[in-house]
Amino acid sequence: MSTLSDRPRNSVVGEAVPHESAALHVTGRALYTDDLVSRTRDVLHAFPVQAPHAHALVTRLDVTPAHAVPGVVRVLTADDVPGVNDAGVKHDEPLFPSEVMFYGHAVCWVLAESLEAARLGASAVVVDYEPLPSLVTVTDAIAVASFQGAQPHLERGDVEAGLDRSTHVFSGDFEFAGQEHFYLETHAALALVDENEQIFVQSRTQHPSETQEIVAHVLGLASHEVTVQCLRMGGGFGGKEMQPHGFAAIAALGATLTGRPVRLRLTRNHDMTMTGKRHGFHATWRVGFDGDGRLQALDATLTADGGWSLDLSEPVLARALCHIDNAYWIPDVRVNGRIARTHKTSQTAFRGFGGPQGMLVIEDVLGRCAPLLGIAAADLRRRNFYSAGQATPYGQPVRHPERVVTAWDQVLTTSDFAARTAEVTAFNLAHEDSKRGLAITPVKFGISFNLTAFNQAGALVHVYKDGSVLINHGGTEMGQGLHTKMLQVAATTLGVPLPTVRLAPTRTDKVPNTSATAASSGADLNGGAVKNACDQIIERLRTVAGGRLGINPADVRFEGGQVHGVGDPSACIPWAELVRQAYFQRVQLWAAGYYRTEGLHWDSSLMQGEPFKYFSYGVAATEVEVDGFTGAYRTRRVDIVHDVGESLSPLVDIGQIEGGFVQGAGWLTLEDLRWDTGDGPTRGRLATQAASTYKLPSFSEMPEVFHVSLLQDAHEDGVVYGSKAVGEPPLMLAFSVREALRQAAAAFGPPGTSVDLASPATPEAVYWALEGARAAGTKAEHRHLVEGSHLVEGGHGIVPAQPGPDAHALHPISERWANGEAADAGAAGAVDDESTGPGEHVGAHR
Amino acid sequence: MTSQLDRPAPTEGSTGGLIVNGAPCTLLGIRANATALDWLRDRGLTGAKEGCAEGECGACAVLVARPDGDDRTRWTAINACLVPAASLDGQEIVTAEGLGSPTALHPTQYEMAVRGGSQCGYCTPGFVCSMAAEYYRADRVAAEIAPDEQERDHEHGPNGFDLHALSGNLCRCTGYRPIRDAAYALGHPDPADPLAERLTRPAPPPQRTHVAAPDGEFNRPATLPEALALLAEHPDAVLVAGSTDWGVEVNIRGTRAAHALAIDRLPELRTVEVDDTVIELGAALSLSEIERLLAGRVPLLAALFPQFASRLIRNGATLGGNLGTGSPIGDAPPALLALEASVVLASVAGDREVPLADYFTGYRQSVRHPGELIRAIRIPLPLAGITAFHKIAKRRFDDISSVAIAYAVDVTDGVVTRARIGLGGVAATPLRAIATEAALEGRPWDRATVQEAAAVLRREGTPLDDHRASAAYRSAMLGTSLLKLYAQPADPGRQEADA
Ligand SMILES: Cc1cc2nc3c(=O)[nH]c(=O)nc-3n(C[C@H](O)[C@H](O)[C@H](O)COP(=O)(O)OP(=O)(O)OC[C@H]3O[C@@H](n4cnc5c(N)ncnc54)[C@H](O)[C@@H]3O)c2cc1C
Ligand code: FES
Ligand code: FES
Repeated sequence: MSTLSDRPRNSVVGEAVPHESAALHVTGRALYTDDLVSRTRDVLHAFPVQAPHAHALVTRLDVTPAHAVPGVVRVLTADDVPGVNDAGVKHDEPLFPSEVMFYGHAVCWVLAESLEAARLGASAVVVDYEPLPSLVTVTDAIAVASFQGAQPHLERGDVEAGLDRSTHVFSGDFEFAGQEHFYLETHAALALVDENEQIFVQSRTQHPSETQEIVAHVLGLASHEVTVQCLRMGGGFGGKEMQPHGFAAIAALGATLTGRPVRLRLTRNHDMTMTGKRHGFHATWRVGFDGDGRLQALDATLTADGGWSLDLSEPVLARALCHIDNAYWIPDVRVNGRIARTHKTSQTAFRGFGGPQGMLVIEDVLGRCAPLLGIAAADLRRRNFYSAGQATPYGQPVRHPERVVTAWDQVLTTSDFAARTAEVTAFNLAHEDSKRGLAITPVKFGISFNLTAFNQAGALVHVYKDGSVLINHGGTEMGQGLHTKMLQVAATTLGVPLPTVRLAPTRTDKVPNTSATAASSGADLNGGAVKNACDQIIERLRTVAGGRLGINPADVRFEGGQVHGVGDPSACIPWAELVRQAYFQRVQLWAAGYYRTEGLHWDSSLMQGEPFKYFSYGVAATEVEVDGFTGAYRTRRVDIVHDVGESLSPLVDIGQIEGGFVQGAGWLTLEDLRWDTGDGPTRGRLATQAASTYKLPSFSEMPEVFHVSLLQDAHEDGVVYGSKAVGEPPLMLAFSVREALRQAAAAFGPPGTSVDLASPATPEAVYWALEGARAAGTKAEHRHLVEGSHLVEGGHGIVPAQPGPDAHALHPISERWANGEAADAGAAGAVDDESTGPGEHVGAHR
Repeated sequence: MTSQLDRPAPTEGSTGGLIVNGAPCTLLGIRANATALDWLRDRGLTGAKEGCAEGECGACAVLVARPDGDDRTRWTAINACLVPAASLDGQEIVTAEGLGSPTALHPTQYEMAVRGGSQCGYCTPGFVCSMAAEYYRADRVAAEIAPDEQERDHEHGPNGFDLHALSGNLCRCTGYRPIRDAAYALGHPDPADPLAERLTRPAPPPQRTHVAAPDGEFNRPATLPEALALLAEHPDAVLVAGSTDWGVEVNIRGTRAAHALAIDRLPELRTVEVDDTVIELGAALSLSEIERLLAGRVPLLAALFPQFASRLIRNGATLGGNLGTGSPIGDAPPALLALEASVVLASVAGDREVPLADYFTGYRQSVRHPGELIRAIRIPLPLAGITAFHKIAKRRFDDISSVAIAYAVDVTDGVVTRARIGLGGVAATPLRAIATEAALEGRPWDRATVQEAAAVLRREGTPLDDHRASAAYRSAMLGTSLLKLYAQPADPGRQEADA
């Protein structure tokens, strides 16, 4: 067992403590970026001028009328940028565009004494546009081969041979929607110029180091001239990983040009129309099963709707490809990926980061094929689980595959699955107008950034003379409880009570070169770094204590704020006293911690390697009831068993599981991003751009009965205190809701009906699905080819589109740097932009 | 939002100021169109958050002291993002900061904190305020609980907590379960709790207010004649009642009122009168108040209210405002059409009564003249025997209808003697389903009649495709609605759950 994962007795980690800011949250005292405005003097307010075209050239920009509006101080345009006019890491996101790439694209920003004046100023700016043709849907883009970035290809074995071996071959396609993050707190930044021209930006960012880099490159400064701080975020979910940089840069630019603090806060409509979302995907596939329903081959092409710029689309797509197997062993696999370029917001990271999209494809395939194979969906899924010794299509051995089986069996038992399946059947026989469905689905999700270089973190731990401890680490807090866990880790390692440790806000001048708080890795990485710093301090204090207690330093124990010899708690030194003594002995009482995840390697051009430290597992069973008149439904009961290793903080982890599940259910059933696809003047406009039209799950979507348990005996070796990451994987437990809806809809038809269900499965979508099932009942002989369905059985299937000859593989420059191919990478970097070093490119891949 | 630097010319007029968290505050210097949320946040009370600025998320919820009869107070949660700050002149407000502090948590705050009710914390102050309003509700009594978990009433806690109190608050992080558990774990207030004690005294009366700022004027007259006189003087004035529509206009569409006239506290618009032939509902009563005052007396409205927006919105929203907005997807018109209600319009020239069926003339157009306001809604008695409100929407709590169908049907000796059906969302105005009514009346109330009439209903109106629903779905929902009414007649709980 590694020392990293070894957990001491009575440790503070593992205690179910409330969120470290809970008392501040509930009393309204917790400060978020925009709450700082009323505490700052002489603030200017920024407001965007948004283009009313999906695609257009800006032919004239006249800002003079804005200056006539009382209170307007300045209008920021491309001419004001001293550095690089770009907000991304791929150099394809001009901060002030001359070509409008999506409806609502901000062409310039007005600064004024009040938000009201800035708004009026923005409406006074005159912009002339020359509209250009636009691509709004992913199918539009596929039709004209509008793709961007790499086209990764993942292959194992020989799909043709696999299909040859198969008794049943099906082909189909499936297009499914993305998702708006809808963090309750919209994007905001507050920038000011501090002493000695230091730029100080308060930003709600998941990636302060990258915000810092982009602010610096826009301003033409070095990184050490810019400090970014993030107190906390009102939700992030990936939406604040790449998206905050440009807004921070606008605020910082305004502050340098006016010498006054500049506040930029997006309204909800701004946020929804200007920032990226979860990628919707289009998938075509063919799949082969043997006579027992065992998967033999899968051939699929996934097209992610990337929007107008690359952003994080490449790594999102890579993760989608790496998760198309979910928990299932598929001997022969070929998956191609591409990124559509459309005139929409630039789609980005969102909890799961492509993983959910990849997994949705295989879950949809299984859900549609199970009735055609005559196998219960639960049995079909269970039959195809990985077993020991098998590896993923990208060559990573699947460690602990038995955990998904354990979780599955536990859910079957605790949810009383067999008895309730019988109840559901009985209910459905007795009710003509409403039907129930009960479905169970697994999750296997790889933890670590796909890009190896990102798997490092730093921390700074100070012990003051009075024994109090202040920690700082590179991760950001967005509600996921990272800070709570870090406090617990520090208290555990130092052997002090939790209140002895305090945490300071995340700042780039404390811990540099941090990775985004993303990929669920926050606690693994920063926990490793915090622990490392604390370990260093403990090692030094051990010597002091050993001397004082007259024992071998190795026998010193730190527990509950007391320091004593192993097996002899009677001779104790209080922690604070030891610390004070150490100070007088001139022992260093602070430490910088560092952590890198060991054992990872990944070649993204081949899509092979071991990119993940481990897999997280979970299983959910969901029962729904569908109204046959309307398609409306209720979630009656959910049972979940999820693997978080040995939990660092059970209250936090359960919160992540429940919250992730409901958010996933929102994506799959309710949240409906609708762009205007017509040819009118508002083509490309997001029609659901407000909370009134884009509906998030509310109390009415909460499962009526909701049981969540953590998988027991799940210690994870080699991870901080035996824990596992939890942020993203539970989102995908929500597949069980979708599959339950599918089964309920199918129950309106004859046995064996295969139901195509749109995603999101809104009441309307469910209504059409159940109408389809009813129709299947009237022409049963055709049910293998339901009218309007894209699912076809037989032959060798319909071959999904294969990448064109000019497609280039994913091969990030950063990976080449890591592998010492510096010369090559430098050259490639120069092509992109001579002024940028490799560091900025690293940000583009994860 | 204004900052300290938004130095408007000094505001003229008369405001008495208000009490926030027990401390008196002045409203001097405010913009006439400033929202209460912006005003609070500018003062450094940043606990209330802006999540949407359109009444959907509840992050801005605060408590106001509203009358509960003549001599008691009810802590009422409202959306601070929607109401003008000036409309709170003379009132008492409590925000999350005022409920408790980190070292002295309020019971709602304690339960939320220890049960994991906050993750990012951004929605939390608003949830705490909505929860506190329900915590202090005087008629909240412990309920019986079914032993079988699955068969429980999932919308009420063992402590009588009505989950609908939180229906206007969104949380993106928690998935709600811990928030529900926090709500259901609450005890009852200690009578010595100052906020509980406050309930036993009258609420602050409305305050005559006049704000004249560079961005416009805000007036709160004290009486109806005063209001009508002002309206006659400024026929273009915006009437502001609960401001749940007007606030959205201000925040989302950037509309500003040169003259705003607050009518929500006019005593003449706040009564319920019942006699043998008619029920008259004051146009400025909030829907929550009507719900309480009618106490189920009009089953169709009782079926409607829980499906109308959220508790936070219903605490402000009025019938006058719903008809005043005249949205074709408003929920009150279909119900009131089915009830054959009429509208009492008041002006300096006196009252006139218009049947609601004749009230709407086009998309958001009506027969109401400038200078008139809606004083009351009259519902004739007796009421029909079979009533139902079918609201088709994406989300069960707090969503706008894509289609709404309201029924008031009388069946005598198995024959339909009278059928009134109101429709929303299928045309530019709310409609009566006249052809369907004809297909029912005089026919036996049986499956054959219902199926025939359902086919007629399916073709009523001219539904459109939009982001809420396709035209085909809207028509399909018209087509299935009557079948549903027939299959699941008097089971309002069920209809509510399924709609
Ligand atoms: C989040 C949210 C959810 C909502 N959900 C629903 C819903 O489910 N169903 C639904 O139908 N509506 C819904 N609405 C709309 C709104 O709440 C209702 O229309 C409400 O009844 C408006 O009442 P109000 O008092 O707030 O009107 P206000 O906003 O004060 O006024 C609205 C309009 O009516 C005029 N007006 C107000 N009172 C009178 C009067 N007495 N005489 C003449 N004109 C008057 C005003 O001048 C203004 O133009 C929702 C709104 C929000 C913000
Ligand atoms: S800010 Fe969302 S309801 Fe007020
Ligand atoms: S705790 Fe984050 S939105 Fe509720």
